[in-house]
Amino acid sequence: MESKSSLILSDEPTTRCWSCGTMRATHFCNACGKVQPAVPVDFFTFFGFPRKLELDTASLEKEFYALSRRLHPDVFAQAAPQERTWSLEQSSRLNDAYRTLKDPIKRTEYLLRLEGVELSEQSKQGTEKARATGELKKQVVPEDLLEEVFELNMHLEELRAQKKAGEDDPALLEEIGKAKLSLEEKYDALFNELKQDWRKWDAAVDSGTEEDRKKILGQMLDVLNRRNYVRNLVRDVNEALE
Amino acid sequence: MSSSHIVGIDLGTTNSLVAYMQGETPAVIPGEDGSNLVPSVVALDGNNQVIVGNPARNYLIETPDHAVYSVKRLMGRGVEDIQEELKFFPFRLADDLQPGEVLRIKIGQRDYTPPEISAFVLRQLKRNAERFFGGTVTKAVITVPAYFNDAQRQATKDAGRIAGLDVLRLVNEPTAASLAYGLEKRKNGIVAVYDLGGGTFDISILKLHDGIFEVVATNGDTHLGGDDIDNLLITIALDDIRGDLGLDLRRSGEAVQRIRQAVIEAKIALSSQPSTKLDVELPGGKRYQREISREMFEQLIQPVIDRTVGPTKQALKDARLKPNQIDEVVLVGGSTRIPKVRQLVQGLFGRTPHTDLNPDEVVALGAAVQANILGGGSAVTKEMLLLDVTPLSLGIEVAGGVTDKIILRNSTIPASATQYYTTQVDGQTNVAIHVLQGERELARDCRSLARFDLKGVPPMVAGMPRIEVKFLIDANGILHVSAREQRSGKEAEIEVQPSYGLTDEQVEKMLLDSFDYAEEDFRQRQMIEARREADTILAALAKGKKNPAWQELTSAERSNAENLEKALVAAEDGDDYQAIRKAIDALNAGTMHLAELMMDTAVSAALKGKAMDDTGLDEEAPQAGHPVGKAEFK
Repeated sequence: MESKSSLILSDEPTTRCWSCGTMRATHFCNACGKVQPAVPVDFFTFFGFPRKLELDTASLEKEFYALSRRLHPDVFAQAAPQERTWSLEQSSRLNDAYRTLKDPIKRTEYLLRLEGVELSEQSKQGTEKARATGELKKQVVPEDLLEEVFELNMHLEELRAQKKAGEDDPALLEEIGKAKLSLEEKYDALFNELKQDWRKWDAAVDSGTEEDRKKILGQMLDVLNRRNYVRNLVRDVNEALE
Repeated sequence: MSSSHIVGIDLGTTNSLVAYMQGETPAVIPGEDGSNLVPSVVALDGNNQVIVGNPARNYLIETPDHAVYSVKRLMGRGVEDIQEELKFFPFRLADDLQPGEVLRIKIGQRDYTPPEISAFVLRQLKRNAERFFGGTVTKAVITVPAYFNDAQRQATKDAGRIAGLDVLRLVNEPTAASLAYGLEKRKNGIVAVYDLGGGTFDISILKLHDGIFEVVATNGDTHLGGDDIDNLLITIALDDIRGDLGLDLRRSGEAVQRIRQAVIEAKIALSSQPSTKLDVELPGGKRYQREISREMFEQLIQPVIDRTVGPTKQALKDARLKPNQIDEVVLVGGSTRIPKVRQLVQGLFGRTPHTDLNPDEVVALGAAVQANILGGGSAVTKEMLLLDVTPLSLGIEVAGGVTDKIILRNSTIPASATQYYTTQVDGQTNVAIHVLQGERELARDCRSLARFDLKGVPPMVAGMPRIEVKFLIDANGILHVSAREQRSGKEAEIEVQPSYGLTDEQVEKMLLDSFDYAEEDFRQRQMIEARREADTILAALAKGKKNPAWQELTSAERSNAENLEKALVAAEDGDDYQAIRKAIDALNAGTMHLAELMMDTAVSAALKGKAMDDTGLDEEAPQAGHPVGKAEFK
């Protein structure tokens, strides 16, 4: 591990190319093609995309490869130290952006944060942390799942008790299996619901009001939370079944 | 700088190689003995001269405490990590080693850290390349197991620096192999590289797309390889010997090394034969003999090779691919020559693996390709670009001893993450950060990379400072950290305490020491050569004195020659090689006339039809020109 302070982004991005002095673009100078110091832009802007959620992953990949060929440190192995540093900054940013945008859930979560929405504690990380520390995590059961979850938890309780006693109840296993299947269907359905919201969001970016956009952001947050909740349930079921 | 002088190095557990791009194809540079492989064995001879490679292997048997092998297993590790290793490898730790300190291994009476020992091997490879090119080599790409953590990578980079090499890039071994494979095949598709070497196992899954080599997932075990198979066989042999011959040889370094060489030969034989015989001569004259069938061997190694299954499945899962979606499986590493290993891979992927590549050389060849790319590329490599990943998640310790993962494994590198910290107490000026690497949820189960102290935080009310810490994993897979307090804009000073590594100062010192040693080596070599030359000229003079020509010299010439002879003998007793050289030159000049006279005698003898050997000239006195001329040493 090495410590360096030169990797910090400059707060005052210059608008001119460091090398030839003409107006620069985000990554390279339009005039001389030299790599430029990274400017703190969001991941959508980095790729030159609008802040929209329906994204063609094939063209994202194509753009990622094209930018990699120009920004990767391998291309700058023989360059001056300063350019090498900028290449390192730019290509790490490129990889971070690509990683985030190519994954539909990460992309949605990223947009929510960009728009100032605080993701709830029900995030995967929050859950894992709670599991590791044994802290009780506050979870609000989505209303449409109340009944199902109540029943499932009873079954799981029963299953654990039986396991301890070394008993085996095929009927119970079947019940739990059915519930799991239903949850998995719900999980997929929630993803489709999220995709609907993407379309609404993208439309609102073009022509909606501030209020429209806020409302859609709220809906997406709700879908993500419910989806996380279902995912955690499925995991609990899998663990109990093991 | 010509890219042909950036070399690719495979610094292996068992063997190391150096390669370069010869026009459009990568080629391994052989050593002076003509061998492509330099065994990663380092020994000290009786004069504490460092011996590397094949010659060092003899020391393993003759003076086992003056030689080490498989040091790669110790790179970037602490004393508490290597208890398993100590059971099976004859590593002798330095007597004064403190817990938490970088390991030091004894070779003979001297102590060396693993990076220093690896540097000896690297320096040998550097020498081989310099001899081959007839010029200096200072830049290199060095390969590391894909699953190496930050400390192991840093240790490898340190080794390069100590050897006087500017390490342009650390490349993951399976990825390097894929470069050599891709250069040859020029095909798009998904490739899995299964790399089982002497001490490490890696599995990498790559997407090859128009010259882009994108690693999708990687996994592995940095302590799994051919060494483990050898150790199994050694253990059985030692048990046998104890049972059958009543000899406990576990503590006998010499016997264990003899057995080790025998089981390695047997292991290799069993890849092509249904059975083989172990036959070892033990110290004391007894013999240990035993027949091993391939069936028995396969049963024995099954648990070892089964350990590659978990990582392989995890890599597929991480890549979100089913085995049938892999277009080609490439085998790398000497241990993949074992038929049972090939069978296992075939079972895992449901296809016959690609075995056309030389599993011992392909990693070095790939490193040469990457070296060429970094040197600016050539016609064949200019479209090639490697996008590798970090094998392990990077995390920081948060409240409750939990790991908060900030860069997940299999993220394309370079990768970065920014975290914000604040203070808990009014006026607090230090914030401690504990950086971890690994997949486990609790900090204590992950690998501790370093503890950072952010110093110089401007005193403010608790919770007020906003310290931005940026973690960046570079293209070598090595972490860089920088920090800044945002409200004041002040850059925080970072104090790094690597958990298992050398500080920059230590590496610098070792580099300087190595120069000192190199100078010492150089001086010693000059002494040996000057003395040899002096002996030759003195012997030639002694012969010349018996020649009739000696009597033809004036008495002044004769006494002058004898005085110069005495001066050279005196200089030989000293330890100044330059003084010896001066005395040699003086004697040479002082016997010029003698040489001419002897030559005349020889020529007239030849004219009279006499045989040359009657002139008193033989091979010890060169037949043309100066009879006591300079000897040529190669």
